[in-house]
Amino acid sequence: MTTIRRGRYLRPLQPLPGAAKLAFGFLFFALFVAAWGAATFGGFVSPLFLASPLRMVQEGWSLLTEYNFSYDIAVTIWRVVGGFVLAAIIAVPLGIAMGAWKVVEALLEPFVSFARYLPASAFIPLLILWAGIGETQKLLVIFIGSVFQIILMVAFTVGQTRRDLVEAAYTLGASDLGIVKRVLIPASAPQIAETLRLVLGWAWTYVIVAELIGSSSGIGHMIVDSQAMLNTGQIIFGIIVIGIIGLVSDFLFKAANRRLFPWSLA
Amino acid sequence: MSAVEIKNVGRVFPARRGGEPTVALTPVSLDIAQNEFVTILGPSGCGKSTLLRIVGGLDDPSTGEVLVNGIRVVGPGSDRGMVFQSYTLFPWLTVAENIAFGLREKGMPKSARDGVVQDYVRKVGLNGFEHHWPRQLSGGMQQRVAIARALANDPAILLMDEPFGALDNQTRGLMQELLLDIWQSERKTVLFVTHDIEEAIFLASRCLAMSARPGRIKADVPIALPYPRDYHLKADPTFVDLKMRMTEEIRGEATLVA
Repeated sequence: MTTIRRGRYLRPLQPLPGAAKLAFGFLFFALFVAAWGAATFGGFVSPLFLASPLRMVQEGWSLLTEYNFSYDIAVTIWRVVGGFVLAAIIAVPLGIAMGAWKVVEALLEPFVSFARYLPASAFIPLLILWAGIGETQKLLVIFIGSVFQIILMVAFTVGQTRRDLVEAAYTLGASDLGIVKRVLIPASAPQIAETLRLVLGWAWTYVIVAELIGSSSGIGHMIVDSQAMLNTGQIIFGIIVIGIIGLVSDFLFKAANRRLFPWSLA
Repeated sequence: MSAVEIKNVGRVFPARRGGEPTVALTPVSLDIAQNEFVTILGPSGCGKSTLLRIVGGLDDPSTGEVLVNGIRVVGPGSDRGMVFQSYTLFPWLTVAENIAFGLREKGMPKSARDGVVQDYVRKVGLNGFEHHWPRQLSGGMQQRVAIARALANDPAILLMDEPFGALDNQTRGLMQELLLDIWQSERKTVLFVTHDIEEAIFLASRCLAMSARPGRIKADVPIALPYPRDYHLKADPTFVDLKMRMTEEIRGEATLVA
């Protein structure tokens, strides 16, 4: 950092050094908290509507120490992961089949495209009727929210496989099934993992919605409880916890992808 | 028996959106003997790649048929190895795994595969790179792996579609010599498509010039220069004469499409 050429940060597409990137990332978090602090400590917003950062931390501490909030967090994580894994187990093979064989695509694509637009949250009343308010219903909300998205995105990825690689494999004597197993799947694997990372993020939205209605545990349930007591500190703490878990799971996913697919790094 | 018999093979691409159908290749007949090194020379879009793809089974002829060692071509197969202009190594496989791809598909056990792979790694001069990913290799090295991958399958015929087209001039020259070395030791029949006149003559035992679209074979010239050949040959008077002759053949065609 001895000589910084002027205008470096303003040049389009110019990559930042690692330290600067990290610093800018933190800077915005700091700005955000500062603006929040200014609004609350400065008395511009009534504490009834928005708790201060300090209050939020205190509430969070009491949630964790007195109200066993870590249990709620664990329950929510379990629901997201459970519903998401179920969806992935069904959707990834279906997506691969759809991408590989045009006849499967012709059969399923119109329906899946339609189903993708059905909002998972709109199914909640129906799912409560069918499955009650237990865990099955929570898992199903996440399942419905994720499964169609994964199918379509995986099918698209597989369908985009480089044709010249497929042709090369045929000239090397690969069978049709060999093309799927040894070309389409490995070629698509990194992008499929990326799809799963994205959809896992969306699954977090569905789980909270599912927990807002008819639930006795989980982060969403805590948020509804806190609303009844006008405890905005707890609500914000719950939201921030979700954000942090999302950040961590994203990081883990990316690290796993780097390990699994070293060949795809630029 | 001829290695390849091309009988009246033509290709018409169907009309799109009310346009005219495109005649890519007017029916061509051609016999290629065992162990011949045939280059097909022609301007862009003359149908030379289409012809090669039909022999490879990657495209179907609109008329006629191709026989390879007497058997009719109905699709791609491991008896016809192919090297493409684009880099088609499987990026998720190492150099050694790429070379072993066809052998694995045939069900050859790993111990036997390793021996063949080592053999071809050495032949294309890539010792020490067995465990590299394709993206870690230069363009010339990637094409050497592609050649090794095609040959490891022990095909009767090697089909090459402008394999050195994307390489710089120096690398291309080295690759041509390497390919000739391999061809002489392996005794394969080679069908090699290029638009580079010098390359077409330097490699070939027989050079075919194609006309501009719609493609047809315009000249069939035996190249009676002795093997082994190296780059000195490119300054030989006979070579220069041949180059002049092929240039005349191609020039008129190139002006039609330029």
